[in-house]
Amino acid sequence: MREKQIDKLKDYKYGFTTDIENVRAPKGLNKEVIEFISKAKKEPKWMLDWRMKAFERLKNLKEPNWQKPKYPKIDYQDIYYYSAPKSASEKPKTIDELDPKLLETYKKLGIPLQEQQRLNGIAVDAVFDSVSVATTFKDKLNEVGVIFCSISEAIQKHPELVKKYIGSVIPLTDHYFATLNSAVFTDGSFVYIPPGVRCPMELSTYFRINASQTGQFERTLIIADKGSYVSYLEGCTAPMRDENQLHAANVELVALDDAEIKYSTVQNWYPGDEDGKGGIYNFVTKRGLCKGTNSKISWTQVETGSAITWKYPSCILQGDNSIGEFYSIAITNNHQKADTGTKMIHLGKNTKSKIISKGISAGFSDMTYRGLVDISSKAKNSTNYTQCDSLLMGNKCGAHTVPYIKNKNPESNIAHEATTSKISEEQLHYCQQRGLNPEEAVGLIVNGFCKEVLQQLPMEFAVEAQKLVGISLEGSVG
Amino acid sequence: MLKIKNLKADIDSKSILNNFNLEIKPGEVHAIMGPNGSGKSTLSNILSGKKGYKVSGEVLFENKNLFELETEERAHKGIFLAFQYPLEIPGVNTNIFLKTSLNAIRKANGEKELDAIEFLKLVKLKAKNLKFDEEKLNRQLNVGFSGGEKKKNEILQMSILNPKLSILDETDSGLDIDALKTVADGVNSLRKKDNSFLIITHYQRLLDYIKPDYVHVLMNGKIIKSGGPELALELENKGYENFN
Repeated sequence: MREKQIDKLKDYKYGFTTDIENVRAPKGLNKEVIEFISKAKKEPKWMLDWRMKAFERLKNLKEPNWQKPKYPKIDYQDIYYYSAPKSASEKPKTIDELDPKLLETYKKLGIPLQEQQRLNGIAVDAVFDSVSVATTFKDKLNEVGVIFCSISEAIQKHPELVKKYIGSVIPLTDHYFATLNSAVFTDGSFVYIPPGVRCPMELSTYFRINASQTGQFERTLIIADKGSYVSYLEGCTAPMRDENQLHAANVELVALDDAEIKYSTVQNWYPGDEDGKGGIYNFVTKRGLCKGTNSKISWTQVETGSAITWKYPSCILQGDNSIGEFYSIAITNNHQKADTGTKMIHLGKNTKSKIISKGISAGFSDMTYRGLVDISSKAKNSTNYTQCDSLLMGNKCGAHTVPYIKNKNPESNIAHEATTSKISEEQLHYCQQRGLNPEEAVGLIVNGFCKEVLQQLPMEFAVEAQKLVGISLEGSVG
Repeated sequence: MLKIKNLKADIDSKSILNNFNLEIKPGEVHAIMGPNGSGKSTLSNILSGKKGYKVSGEVLFENKNLFELETEERAHKGIFLAFQYPLEIPGVNTNIFLKTSLNAIRKANGEKELDAIEFLKLVKLKAKNLKFDEEKLNRQLNVGFSGGEKKKNEILQMSILNPKLSILDETDSGLDIDALKTVADGVNSLRKKDNSFLIITHYQRLLDYIKPDYVHVLMNGKIIKSGGPELALELENKGYENFN
């Protein structure tokens, strides 16, 4: 099998034309694999050169080790870096082949059957509504000049934009996982909003037809040109079946003068079983650059999945009067671990940032909020407000708050508030006495705790996210 | 409706209730009076299903063994406890809490859940009757409420849920005279031939407004005397110490 693949790879080098749909690059991380990816995606030379630069740089980098959750050593030569969508024969054929627990969760979340199938990679061969939805949707976006496509397509069709902005927020050499992503990224989303345009709808990967199986090294680039606005939704509230263990995505946002980007994530990857076996390592680099004056970037995240979540969606407030926001709910249960937070780097004058973080830990899990607020000497009259609240359930879990605060400007102001609380037996008893079962009670109390963040989510997402918050904590009481 | 036979309750191997007997029939109002530490709150805790007690004896609610039911199942069957110290739940809107509660109980009983409009209509009416400030319903549950407001909120919930058996655990303590009257009005408006009440209190004054059918004196974990409303007055005159 493996030899056959290498043969194919050789063929490919010399004008390989076979349908790439069923091709997988051999295991391992090397120049040939990167060339393979780049060719499979019909990339121009500059893109391949860029990947190679990242790969060269990677050789001198080490994985960071300052984070709290430790993980077993990853063998980077034992990973498939390119795997095109699986052939139908490898996918589960019907919904009945899936884990009944997963189906139970879908039911609770109210996910329609077709959507369940899509989530699990089941080939849906009937007339699929979303195709027509996607078409109407594309027409509408074309009308106003919004570009929304896969990053692979953008590299071919809009090279000038990609070339200008890719790596401009997360440099090629940023850190191990970001650099690894730069070398081997396979797909992701690209969004460009032209000047003065308010994107007429929430953009979501759900609507992008070729969004499935973008895999473990996703790359997303969103550019909001002057005076534009876009709200982007990433992920899905339903648990995603996925065999890839390591996820190292890069997301870059650029907001020019007077532009605003709102980026919402609901992450519910497989968290491993109740004993902490399996699960995704979610090591993601997300960074937004408020490049122009009066620009604004707002991150909202609901992180409930993955065995280990390690991410700090950040804002670089370069333009004067720019605003950065971070709203986060992170929930860990059983043996999950999360080390998450944000970085607000104030460079411009009158820049403002706001951080609202809600961490909930249950079971044997461990949660760390880690955040940096850095106000440079030039960022006159800037302010930050940080609020970090932790909620503990039971007495075997952990919650930690690690704020890093640097203020080099005497005219600027930083405020930090933190609380830690526990769901009390009395609160539970009170809710139960009013007819709620323990899980409904926890769901209600936790949703109350998270309210400020849930309110930031787009409506259609908020309802599902609320249910998800309850479901993620199932089994943590009683 | 409620039959308690030989109830014994210990916490941390300390005996709180011992040989406790009580029967409440549909439509009756019973008052339990007793000094601090006599076991009054333990009784309401046990009836509502609070964990942490070692219990024996028998408690039947509509001929069902209460000890086999979870707290929420007891609520579904129509047992309501107005808490002595109502809990604060930050971030949870009072209206949403009330609606969630009402619908959980309706659902468990196979009744149609109320939508937002139907619910708001109901809650507005009940709040008006209880002179409960409607604006408070949009605040976080009991957060920043005064002691009196918290107690009124319990009675509001009671009137919305319309339970078969309402247990009021020292609802009168900490209330000024106006609030006391409002609370009593709330209880009296729910008095029907099927609804029963167990009113736990230190003082006789609430019983000026809610006329009980029976009064029981609880001391050292058991009822030492039962009688009509006149018993409460006698207690008030003599004090608990001289009552024996």
